[in-house]
Amino acid sequence: MPNDALQDLADYVVEKLEAHVYNYEFFNDELVVNAKAESIKEILHFLRDDRECNFQVLVDVLGADYPERMSSDEGGRFDVVYTLLSMRHNHRIRVKVQASEETLVPSVVGIYSSAGWFEREVWDMYGVLFDGNPDLRRILTDYGFEGHPQRKDFPLTGYVELRYDEELKRVVYEPVQLTQDFRGFDYTSPWEAMTGVQIPNELIGDEKASKDALKHGPAHGWKDAKQAGGK
Amino acid sequence: MTAQNVDTLDMGEETQIKPYTMNFGPQHPAAHGVLRLVLEMEGEIVERADPHIGLLHRGTEKLIEHKTYTQALPYFDRLDYVAPMNQEHAFALATEKLLGVEVPKRGQYIRVLFAELGRVLNHLLNVTTFALDVGALTPALWGFEEREKGMEFYERVCGARLHANYFRPGGVSQDLPAGLLDDMYEWCEGLPSFMKDLNDLLTGNRIFKQRTVDIGVVSQEDAFDWGFSGPMLRGSGVAWDLRKSQPYDSYEDFDFDIPVGKTGDCYARYLVRIAEITESLKIMKQAIEKMPDGPAKTNDYKVCPPPRAEMKSSMEAMIHHFKLYTEGFHVPAGETYTAVEAPKGEFGVYLVSDGSNKPYRCRIRAPGFPHLAAMDFMSKGHQLADAVSIIGSLDIVFGEIDR
Repeated sequence: MPNDALQDLADYVVEKLEAHVYNYEFFNDELVVNAKAESIKEILHFLRDDRECNFQVLVDVLGADYPERMSSDEGGRFDVVYTLLSMRHNHRIRVKVQASEETLVPSVVGIYSSAGWFEREVWDMYGVLFDGNPDLRRILTDYGFEGHPQRKDFPLTGYVELRYDEELKRVVYEPVQLTQDFRGFDYTSPWEAMTGVQIPNELIGDEKASKDALKHGPAHGWKDAKQAGGK
Repeated sequence: MTAQNVDTLDMGEETQIKPYTMNFGPQHPAAHGVLRLVLEMEGEIVERADPHIGLLHRGTEKLIEHKTYTQALPYFDRLDYVAPMNQEHAFALATEKLLGVEVPKRGQYIRVLFAELGRVLNHLLNVTTFALDVGALTPALWGFEEREKGMEFYERVCGARLHANYFRPGGVSQDLPAGLLDDMYEWCEGLPSFMKDLNDLLTGNRIFKQRTVDIGVVSQEDAFDWGFSGPMLRGSGVAWDLRKSQPYDSYEDFDFDIPVGKTGDCYARYLVRIAEITESLKIMKQAIEKMPDGPAKTNDYKVCPPPRAEMKSSMEAMIHHFKLYTEGFHVPAGETYTAVEAPKGEFGVYLVSDGSNKPYRCRIRAPGFPHLAAMDFMSKGHQLADAVSIIGSLDIVFGEIDR
């Protein structure tokens, strides 16, 4: 549970930055402030320079992808999370903003120099654009790489593979050819007694558990499948 | 040279040297792995340094999203492969935080013991290869011998010299083998004499000082601005250590000091690392002396597998084991940023769980990444040979930077 100092800080930040932040929440004892993407510069400026906050270090900038938010008219599918650390007060805070493919998130390089490479990585991995970053090149992927690999709709195996071509005497790119597909085993069990945690997705065979299914027989039972296969 | 040219030279006209672009690496012994550094030189002076990274990018974060928590752990060994257990530590702590699992005292002490061993091994490698970069071969040869002895302890406790997979959510994978603590204590006793030899070779060495003192000076403000952590930050005079300020796994039980540099140059960072080896040995000895009895991992069999013997007779234990190694455990929805003081600095794991048995998002915050980002700022105006010193003092390992 959050300690009093952190609770006070949360109230203070939300009060002072009323125009720029939506709300705050706690994950265990970690403070997360949900904010507007367009005012991230003002927020970080305040958090760094205010005496009560004094977050001197930008520890990390990271992205996360939630494709299911794409259709709704919320902020966008991506989260950009700024992790800050105050050594004076021994506090950490995370500022979370939402962005879509088109959103221009203002770059915070002018406030924290360390943001330069972190933003490059978020751009490379998720395709979030940072407005004002002087050097927004790809950073981790290959020269000439296409796509943003950490988006959820980017396949784990990627699209191209490369090899050295003995005849051309250079490295060539080819579409990925795997003799066996990536095997994403579904180990999740229908027995929740094991974990005490609700499994979010319905599993194959769950329809059998409902009373309707018992009355009318299976909608797509093994018999249907067998017949279809037989023909 | 024609007569005319000689004439113009005699007139005292200055020859203009064009800025010269130089490729340093990716195959260069002083690049510490696969760093490609594009240097714009003005004669011998570095005008701009542009590190090109990603040559060792393996998509660890993406892969982890497709693996269960148990399967994700070994990826952390392969990040900073010089001190593998320290990385596992961060992931284990993050998972435990989301699960709400408490680790028994003995498990915590074993983790502290091996995290500190990892720190010694890391600093031994860094300090000696740093010396190698600036021209001293002997420390590296000596250092590797000591490092090898330390890695044998890794091997004895988990079977692997490097890719340990030893720290698990809920504790450690197995208890210590008999006699290990005694041998480790003996090693801790013996290492200071090696450290003395190393000190004699390097600390007062004229050439070593010429190459490192006043090179790559970072002020406190700059260190904050560039997101420095670990010895890079402490070298600039900031007494900040997560083991003290945000203790995890019973670090509050141990008595140790935080060495701090004064000058913020390459030499200060070297001195901080040397002093940290001594402090780590202190912690290791205390951990061995105070090692509590009891289980080394939690007895919550939903998270940690039950003992082998029990599986032979108990059906429930059998089921637990089977479920753990097929489905894995489910982690309640939530998110956390958990950081440990790895040898290179603050190593953080940002974990988002959606309640399933796989992490929804696992972000790895590697300390070397912001350090290398500051390469341009640190080497500007220095000579080419100094750039090598600076890279050596950054303590970079590409496994963690490229991920």
